Amino acid sequence: MIYRMSAALLSLAGLFISAYLYLYKIGKIGSLACGTGGCETVQWSPWSRVGGIEVSLIGLLGYAFLLAASLLSLQPALGSRRTPSLLLAGLSGIAVLFTGYLTYLELFVIHAICRWCVASAVIIFALFLVALLDLRRLSRTTH
Amino acid sequence: MAATQRGMKRFYTLFAVVTVAGVAALGYLLTRPASISIPANVTVQPSDTSGFAGYVKGSKTAPVEITEFADYQCPFCQTFATLQMPTIEERLINTGRLRWRYRDFPLQQHPFARVAAHSAACADEQGKYWEQHSRIYEGQPEWAGAGNAAPLFRKYAQSAGLDLGRYDACMKAGKYAGRIQGDYNSGVAAGVTSTPTLLINGRLYRGRFDSDAITKLVDSLTRHASK
Repeated sequence: MIYRMSAALLSLAGLFISAYLYLYKIGKIGSLACGTGGCETVQWSPWSRVGGIEVSLIGLLGYAFLLAASLLSLQPALGSRRTPSLLLAGLSGIAVLFTGYLTYLELFVIHAICRWCVASAVIIFALFLVALLDLRRLSRTTH
Repeated sequence: MAATQRGMKRFYTLFAVVTVAGVAALGYLLTRPASISIPANVTVQPSDTSGFAGYVKGSKTAPVEITEFADYQCPFCQTFATLQMPTIEERLINTGRLRWRYRDFPLQQHPFARVAAHSAACADEQGKYWEQHSRIYEGQPEWAGAGNAAPLFRKYAQSAGLDLGRYDACMKAGKYAGRIQGDYNSGVAAGVTSTPTLLINGRLYRGRFDSDAITKLVDSLTRHASK
């Protein structure tokens, strides 16, 4: 259960970071705590929206979904089921790919780094890792 | 089983602590007075500058046009705006001899220059650009040393008779960040390196910055053009 607990806590942290970035983007928070100034460059770049939707909002919804999935997976009845772990690994895997693309844009297209985006990237990668470890745990239990 | 229950209890306690801390932090950020920040180096979209080439005053048929690249937080720009411009306006602009074009060139070392330029742009949206422009320059000694200049710009907007609801929405959205950056990029392309810089009929001017010198120059260019 430790992996699923970690997934829930990581999702919660990611949810707060996405909420912070989204609230900034919609003008509810005056400025971002970002020493390098790169956060604002990234947040106002044309790549801060995908298909007209704010990337931070996509992150917010994604983390909310991951949080709900990881909290559900903690229910005693689902403790030994593979489905919740597969769902977590699948979702966080997609998020890792999307984050990888966004990090590439920051480094090679926008030429600015947003430390909050980096924090989110670390979180999603860690989440993917714990989901894989949970799957491995279940495989060992089964066999 | 007891160990698992203890573990779950610990987890939910930690989860609750993180949730409360996160919600409190976001709540604090949402309720504190927002310090408006207008981002620099944004990518300029065609829509940002479409149909816009500076704020213009004076006759369309004036024989001479001066483009001023200036920074609201630059002390020289402030002196020029408050001491020289009233005479230039009276002698040359109001008499149809000169057209004045103002463009933003916010310097990196001036933390409130972009916010000031954005405040004036938001006033332009309500047809009060020059009123806000003058108030910002006149108030420079007041806001340049403040911890947060945005509330002072808002005060000027209020005294200029702006609809503050629209003004606040405009400022929070950073709606004209691209237009300001577009102006800055145009200045760089024209060879501007400091403020204020004047382009007289499109050529960089390196002479004196007072109303008498500019009047002589306009007179000379007008005579030259009419020959």
